[in-house]
Amino acid sequence: MLNNGVAAQSTPKPLWLLAEVTYRCPLHCAFCYNPTDYVSHTQNELTTDEWIRSLREARKMGALQLGISGGEPLLRDDIEEIVAEAGSLGYYSNLITSGVGLTEKRIAEFKRGGLDHIQLSMHDITKEINNFITDTNTFELKKKVAAMIKDYGYPMVLNVVIHRYNIEHIGEILEMAEALGAEYVELANTQYYGWSLINRAQLMPTREQLEKAEAVTNKFRERVGNKMRVFFVVPDYYSDRPKKCMNGWGEVFMIVTANGTVLPCHSARVLPNMTFPNVREHGLEWAWTESPAFNKYRGDSWMKEPCRTCPEKEKDLGGCRCQAFLLTGDAESADPVCSLSPNHDVILQAIEDAKNPQIASQPIVFRTDKNSHKLVEGERERVEQFHALP
Amino acid sequence: MSDKIRSEEVFRRNPHFRFQWEEAQGCYVLLFPEGMVKLNGGAGEVLSRLDGNKTVAALVEELKAAFPDAPDLESDVLAMLELGLEKIWIVRN
Repeated sequence: MLNNGVAAQSTPKPLWLLAEVTYRCPLHCAFCYNPTDYVSHTQNELTTDEWIRSLREARKMGALQLGISGGEPLLRDDIEEIVAEAGSLGYYSNLITSGVGLTEKRIAEFKRGGLDHIQLSMHDITKEINNFITDTNTFELKKKVAAMIKDYGYPMVLNVVIHRYNIEHIGEILEMAEALGAEYVELANTQYYGWSLINRAQLMPTREQLEKAEAVTNKFRERVGNKMRVFFVVPDYYSDRPKKCMNGWGEVFMIVTANGTVLPCHSARVLPNMTFPNVREHGLEWAWTESPAFNKYRGDSWMKEPCRTCPEKEKDLGGCRCQAFLLTGDAESADPVCSLSPNHDVILQAIEDAKNPQIASQPIVFRTDKNSHKLVEGERERVEQFHALP
Repeated sequence: MSDKIRSEEVFRRNPHFRFQWEEAQGCYVLLFPEGMVKLNGGAGEVLSRLDGNKTVAALVEELKAAFPDAPDLESDVLAMLELGLEKIWIVRN
């Protein structure tokens, strides 16, 4: 864009690169935000060289924080090479893992390569809930991995996704984190995308549970002071205003997926009529700066009422485009979490549904290849039926 | 946490944080799990000089020599160190 002869300086720079290196995962968490059709993205993964090229390009653009995630990134055997490249480029790099596949040999290699920290997912203090919600037998392993992370001198970041099954154990979870020597704990209330959206009625806690959990967390924070940082990611369904999703579309955050698709947020692939760039066809600079997808919801010119004239629009930029689309069918509408949205009733209904024992007791759909295939088929059927309409 | 900083104390940067100059941002940054801080000029100057050996008094002298025209430099440095301690960007040696 020419901008009357003045070079457009307003395009922000990416600071954060998330490398979702694979969608394969040994766990089957019911709250996973990964796409429900992830089986369509498990072939044709980027090669080591393609990852290295992407890391270089993003670093040149100013990206600093690197998350290596998935799926379970350790299912790839080239993470050591990716870590070493990130280290030499000056990234602050973070391995986001379930712990499955983290051996002494690999962690030593990551340390040598300059990996800065490891974020380990934990699920509960009880073996039963851990194994239930992940649909695996991984409880003891996670504790061993936590000890190994400490032994290698890494700052330990525990990520605990919070839902109805563990929210009442938050006090004990925090004590476990303290005992394990965690420096950071992220209590991430489930956000409803991907698999967790399918399981929303089964996962959503009540407002009372949430308030109690927050009070317990605050009390714990007072006791430990700044020895441990505890983040409490609030579930937006119980807020009046939406989150400023990703700190703005195409503002700071960029994801490269297992197959090279470049996304401005974790779930953007659900949005209709969008073509996202791919590192196999375009450079990251083009993807970020020029691609129609990254410019589509940048800033606020796309907004409709009530967002367009809202005095608070800068604060949250209208919330999350994916949530708006998933819950209202219109990606350009206000995030229905906002009480000013004309569609806010869908959120209130979801909260009601979670209290309805008939709906909430439906079986959980775990993140498995079989279920993903089924969902892909179901989606196809739905689309075909839609096109078959006169 | 915010006990008074004394001039004979020695501080160093928190080894769990990465501190580096970023050409693309034109400033020093601190990197840590789940976040980063772009430091303003003054904060960058203070943190870049914390080597784990010099006392606060020596640090202030060094900065005074580097920035002879800066007013209230000592109180700015102390305020910066207090903030750094609170945010655990720095630790007592």
